[in-house]
Amino acid sequence: MSEILSMKQIIKEYQMGDETSTVLKGINLNVNAGEFLAILGPSGSGKSTLMNIIGCLDTPTSGEYILSGREIANQDEKALAHIRRKEIGFIFQSFYLLSRQTALKNVELPLVYSGSDKKIRREMAEDLLKKVGLEEKTNHLPRQLSGGQQQRVAIARALINNPTILLADEPTGALDQKTGHQVMELFHQLNSEGRTIIMITHDVNLAKQAKRVVQILDGNLMEEVV
Amino acid sequence: MLKENLIMAWDNIRNSKMRSFLTSLGIVIGVAAVIALITIVQSATGEMMSQFESLGTDKITVTATGNPLKSGLNSSDLKTLEALDNVAGVAPSVSITGSAGRQGILLDEVSIMGKNEKFFEADTTEMMQGRKLAASDMDGNTYVCVIDQDIAKSMFINENPLEQRIMVNGQSYAVVGVRDTESTSDLMAGMNSSSSADGTIIIPYKNALALSGASNYSTVDVYFENTDLSDQTIADVEGVLDAAFNYKDNSYSIMNLGSLLDMMNTMSTLLSALLAGIASIALVVGGIGIMNMMLVSVTERTKEIGLRKALGADPLQIQVLFIIEALALSLAGGIIGIVLGLGISVVATMLIGTAFAISWGAIGLGAGFSIAVGLIFGWTPAKKASSLKPIDALRTD
Ligand SMILES: Nc1ncnc2c1ncn2[C@@H]1O[C@H](COP(=O)(O)OP(=O)(O)O)[C@@H](O)[C@H]1O
Ligand SMILES: [Mg+2]
Repeated sequence: MSEILSMKQIIKEYQMGDETSTVLKGINLNVNAGEFLAILGPSGSGKSTLMNIIGCLDTPTSGEYILSGREIANQDEKALAHIRRKEIGFIFQSFYLLSRQTALKNVELPLVYSGSDKKIRREMAEDLLKKVGLEEKTNHLPRQLSGGQQQRVAIARALINNPTILLADEPTGALDQKTGHQVMELFHQLNSEGRTIIMITHDVNLAKQAKRVVQILDGNLMEEVV
Repeated sequence: MLKENLIMAWDNIRNSKMRSFLTSLGIVIGVAAVIALITIVQSATGEMMSQFESLGTDKITVTATGNPLKSGLNSSDLKTLEALDNVAGVAPSVSITGSAGRQGILLDEVSIMGKNEKFFEADTTEMMQGRKLAASDMDGNTYVCVIDQDIAKSMFINENPLEQRIMVNGQSYAVVGVRDTESTSDLMAGMNSSSSADGTIIIPYKNALALSGASNYSTVDVYFENTDLSDQTIADVEGVLDAAFNYKDNSYSIMNLGSLLDMMNTMSTLLSALLAGIASIALVVGGIGIMNMMLVSVTERTKEIGLRKALGADPLQIQVLFIIEALALSLAGGIIGIVLGLGISVVATMLIGTAFAISWGAIGLGAGFSIAVGLIFGWTPAKKASSLKPIDALRTD
C-alpha cells in the first residue's frame, strides 16, 4: 500500500499573551491509501487542530508534513489552495453549506474553483447527490433539509473533486443516532470503494467502526490496538 | 469562473436589496449629477453657440463710429477692404426706421435696411417668393426691395406682392422678393424682426445711405475666404481702417465672432469640468459607502470565505468575487444614475427652453467613473477577504 501522508514531529503552539500553549507536542503519523482512520480524543485534546494541519488549512509551528509527496511547509497560498482542491475533501461537524444555494449548487462549488465547465459540474453533482441518496433534493435549500441530509450534501461536496483523502471532523456530532448511523454507513461504503478516510471523533463507539484508531491525549498521539 | 462570480455577486446584491440600494445611492446621485450638469451646460451653450455660428464665423463686423473729421467709411475705403488678401466680400449695412405705404395702408415703423449682394450671398434666410437683391441692383438708381413676411401680410392681403410697388419713405420701390425671417434660427434676423413693430424692408445699400442722410457707412461686414487666416486678415483690415481714419483712436471697433465663439467654447468646457468636478465629490462619497458596505460584507461572510478557501478557492478567486460585487454595486448605481441624470436633463432643458442634446461624453464619463469607483473602493475589502487565513476565517462565528 502506498503512503499518502506522513507527519514527523509536528508541533503546534498558540501564543496567548505571554504564555505559549503547546497543543500538539510532536505528532508522528503515517497514513496509507485506502485506510479508514479514526483519530480519537476528548474535547480540547487538539483533534481539530491536527485535522486543520492535515487539511492544509493551518500550518504547524514546526515539524515535517508530506502530503502526496509534497512538503507542505514549502507551499505558498495559491499552491495550498490547489492542494486542498485536489487532495482533500472536508466534512465539518456543522456542515457549512452556503445557505442561499441549492443542494446542487453547494455540491458544485469546489468544481467552480477548479474551473470545470457548467455541464460537467452539473452532471457530477447530480451523480453524487444520487450516490448519497438525495437525488430528489437537488433543488432544495439547506434549511429545507434535515441535519442528516445536509451532512450528506456536504459529503457529496467533499467527494466531487475526487480527493485523495476524505477528512471528517466529528461528522456525526450534530446528528442524532439514527442519522449519524446513516452517515457512518456511507463512510463504510466509500471506504470499501477504496476512498481513504480520516475521521475525527471523541466517541469511542464511533471510532471502533474504523479500521484503525489512533488516540490523541494531551497533545500526543498513540496507536490504539482495537 | 467570471460568470459564476457574476451570478454569486448578483445573488448577494439581491439578497440585501435595501442595503445594496442605499449603498449605491451615493453613486446614483454622483453620476446623475455629473450627467445632468454636463448635459444641461452643453445643451444650453450648444444652442447659444449654434445661433452665434449661424451669424457666420467667416466674417467680422466693423463698426465705424468715425471721428469729427470723418464720420464713417466711404466707398473707396470699401474698395480697399475688398481688395485685401483673403477677403471674399464687403457688405455695408445701413439701418433706419421709416415708413412704407401702399393703397391707403401706411406702416410708419418699418425697419429699412440697406444691403448689398454680398449680404444676400452669405444670408441663410429662405426666400418665400421672388429673388434676392443682386449686384446689378446696386447702382444707386435701381429701386427694388425685398420685404419680409410681416410686411407682405399687412400690405398685400390676398395679393401677390411680387412686381407690386410700395412707397418706402416717399420713394416708389418694386417688390422683387419676400424673405421668411421666421425660417431662420439666425439671432440677428430674429432681433431685427422683433425690433421693429411693422417689419423689415431691404433696399440697395446706396439708396438706403441716401435715405439716411449720412454720407458714409458706419457698419460693414467683411467676409473671409479662409477662416484659418482670419488673424492675418483682421490685422490687414485694421491697417486699412487706421489709415482711413488717419490713425485717430477709437474711430472704429471690430466684432469677431470666431474669437468670441472660441472664448465661449473654452468657458463652457471649463464650466462643465468645474461642475463635473464638484459632482464627482458625491462619487467619492459614494465610493466610500461601497467600501464600507464591502468591508461589512467581508466581516459578515468571513466564515463563507473560510469555507470557500477550504473547498479550494485561491486568494485571487476570492479577490475577484468581492471586486465583482463592488463593481456590480457601483455599475448598477452608475446605470441608474445615467438614466436619472438624462431624465433630469430632459426636464431641465425643457424648463430652460433649450434643445436637449444627449452628451455621450458625459455618459462615458459617468460609466467610467462608476467602474473606477467600484475598482478603487472594492480593492481594499477584496484584498482583505483574499488574505484571510482559511483557518482563522473558518473559526470565527
Ligand atoms: N486559534 C487558537 N488560539 C489559541 N488556542 C487555540 C486556538 N485554536 C485551538 N486552541 C486551543 O487548542 C486546544 C485544542 O483545540 P481543538 O483542536 O479545537 O480541540 P478538539 O477539536 O480536540 O476539541 C484547545 O485547548 C483550544 O483552546
Ligand atoms: Mg474539535
